[in-house]
Amino acid sequence: MALLEIKNLHASVAGKEILSGIDLTVNTGEVHAIMGPNGSGKSTLAQVLAGRDLYQVTDGQVLYDGKDLLNMPPEERAQEGIFIAFQYPVEIPGVSNMYFLKAALNTIRKRRGLEELDAMDFLTLVKEKLALVEMDPAFLNRPVNAGFSGGEKKRNEIFQMAVLEPRLAILDETDSGLDIDALKIVANGVNQFRTRDRAMIVVTHYQRLLNYIVPDQVHVLANGRIVKSGGKDLALELDQSGYAGLEEAVTA
Amino acid sequence: MNATAPSIEALANQEYKWGFVTEIEADTIPKGLNEDVIRMISAKKNEPEFMLEWRLKSYRQWLKMEEPQWPNVHYPRIDYQDIIYYSAPATKVGPKSLDEVDPELLRTYEKLGIPLKEQELLAGIAVDIVFDSVSVATTFKAKLAELGIIFCSFSEAVQEHPELIQKYLGSVVPHSDNFFAALNAAVFSDGSFCYVPKGVRCPMELSTYFRINAKDTGQFERTLIIADEGAYVSYLEGCTAPMRDNNQLHAAVVELVALDNAQIKYSTVQNWYPGDKQGKGGIYNFVTKRGKCLGDNSKISWTQVETGSAITWKYPSCILIGDNSVGEFYSVALTNNYQQADTGTKMIHIGKNTRSTIVSKGISAGHGQNTYRGMVKILKSAAGARNYSQCDSLLLGDQCGAHTFPYLEVKNTSSQVEHEASTSKIGEDQIFYCRQRGISSEDAVSMIVHGFCKEVFRELPMEFAVEAQKLLGISLEGSVG
Repeated sequence: MALLEIKNLHASVAGKEILSGIDLTVNTGEVHAIMGPNGSGKSTLAQVLAGRDLYQVTDGQVLYDGKDLLNMPPEERAQEGIFIAFQYPVEIPGVSNMYFLKAALNTIRKRRGLEELDAMDFLTLVKEKLALVEMDPAFLNRPVNAGFSGGEKKRNEIFQMAVLEPRLAILDETDSGLDIDALKIVANGVNQFRTRDRAMIVVTHYQRLLNYIVPDQVHVLANGRIVKSGGKDLALELDQSGYAGLEEAVTA
Repeated sequence: MNATAPSIEALANQEYKWGFVTEIEADTIPKGLNEDVIRMISAKKNEPEFMLEWRLKSYRQWLKMEEPQWPNVHYPRIDYQDIIYYSAPATKVGPKSLDEVDPELLRTYEKLGIPLKEQELLAGIAVDIVFDSVSVATTFKAKLAELGIIFCSFSEAVQEHPELIQKYLGSVVPHSDNFFAALNAAVFSDGSFCYVPKGVRCPMELSTYFRINAKDTGQFERTLIIADEGAYVSYLEGCTAPMRDNNQLHAAVVELVALDNAQIKYSTVQNWYPGDKQGKGGIYNFVTKRGKCLGDNSKISWTQVETGSAITWKYPSCILIGDNSVGEFYSVALTNNYQQADTGTKMIHIGKNTRSTIVSKGISAGHGQNTYRGMVKILKSAAGARNYSQCDSLLLGDQCGAHTFPYLEVKNTSSQVEHEASTSKIGEDQIFYCRQRGISSEDAVSMIVHGFCKEVFRELPMEFAVEAQKLLGISLEGSVG
């Protein structure tokens, strides 16, 4: 079934249009990759889906699980099961990972009609998930992302995803800044997360990540539109020919 | 996409909940200040001669003094002749028990969340309450008396224990200390007094709640706490006031004395009315608080959470005279809207191996201006003294300010002084990150602020820590954006 339906989505920032009519349907159980050159609108799409108010939606509709997504505040989208693994996760000094994640998990559980987890049950859960991304439990007591290396921040995003168990995960350039070992660890975490009732959108500039997270569909974004869609082979094709030809096709 | 834009503005500035006025008959003297007014106050309180002399001496000194101009705060000149210096709930004789206290007054304290009767029975906190200028009720007195602890209103102490008053009054904050302390010494009408005898550990938290109710009054209370050799006491202080358009002056003095091996822990949650969103009204909180570690191995610890008042001018300090004595200052000061705070501490090291710790957390939001001003002075005699200071500022929004003025003066070579400072800002991107994880804006702000303040909160007694956290949440709602 369709988990996410994006119809003719237009969005702009400070009066400048970035998304110029996106149409995309993502069904449960599917992984969609969105590729494209810098400035094509990939990250904007992720931010708009998250509800960042820097971007104004000027036209179009987004249905998430049949509900009007654009009318939900960001926290409600998160509680409904949308998760963004950010390209640049922010630092929150003074707030421990543990405290932060427990607060997040419990608001989400509350929304789902589940009981809040107490400290003991929570600890059991996070320890299990930490192993998934091969992180040291000592990390739980460190402040959120503060003083983390680029790779640690990305791993932390995937760790949070594993704990919060969203239905739709959007990975925004999760591969950038990762060395090959970290990339494998992250991809492994993501792959364990794939199930039939979840879906994922993987935003990436490079094909490399898609060797490890194999998509069901690949879309190419250029100048705010999806200019080409195909299977996983499309990514390989792009890796060889580049984006240049596609951009010309649109602007011509 | 307006619906998803943070409705932070809309959440802004939850009303001040403690802004009600209690309709109560009050015994008030006319506005203005002169020697007759001071004689009248002293006579109303039936004070011994030495008290009147002290008041008059202070008044004459005050006349020669200038209002301090150095703090980093701005306000129109105060007309000291336009203030009422004495206002008391009209009761003929002081209440013997809570049953004799005006029920309207008790209802006020219930609104403030201090159910006296319940507290007396359950909470194990002895409370003294100062309403306008007069102490109205002290709970648990009898139980404390069994241990030899004196906990009563200042007026009562003047009557019952004049020898202690005469010995210690002004011994930490002299009558001529500063402009506001001199004014307080001249006109103070009541306050709390506590004496813990040798070797006694006070088994419960002692607490005073201060409330300004009457219009145009100033509140000038005085607190004196003495911990005799080996004694321990933990003291809590809370304050609220009604919402009024004009500014009201609160000029209090607190003196603490710790003898050999004694320990005093003094905690404040200050929530005087801060004025409205445009900065109209609010309390001028010009307070002198000082502790003297007179004895060897004594310890005085100040913890304050300052969320209220239009202007705060306050430096709870420690004079470390006894060898190995310890002074501590833990502070959270928050300014929102047009509030201004110039606060910090002084640690004066005189005895050998004296130690002090300063942890100051300033939070500025709206147009708030927050200044930390601290002095660490290590005299030649204070061999081996140590100080550690940490001053952190947190900014919310781009209209507010944080300022830090640390003064360090070290007169010997065997001492160590450390100072750390940081400034950070709660950004829209941090809030958004939290919201994307399902956490609302308000919860995100309070989580970040709490993380910022936790070193101070953990110094507060449990029930006060909870209250302080709530207060911060309320004072900050809507201040991001």
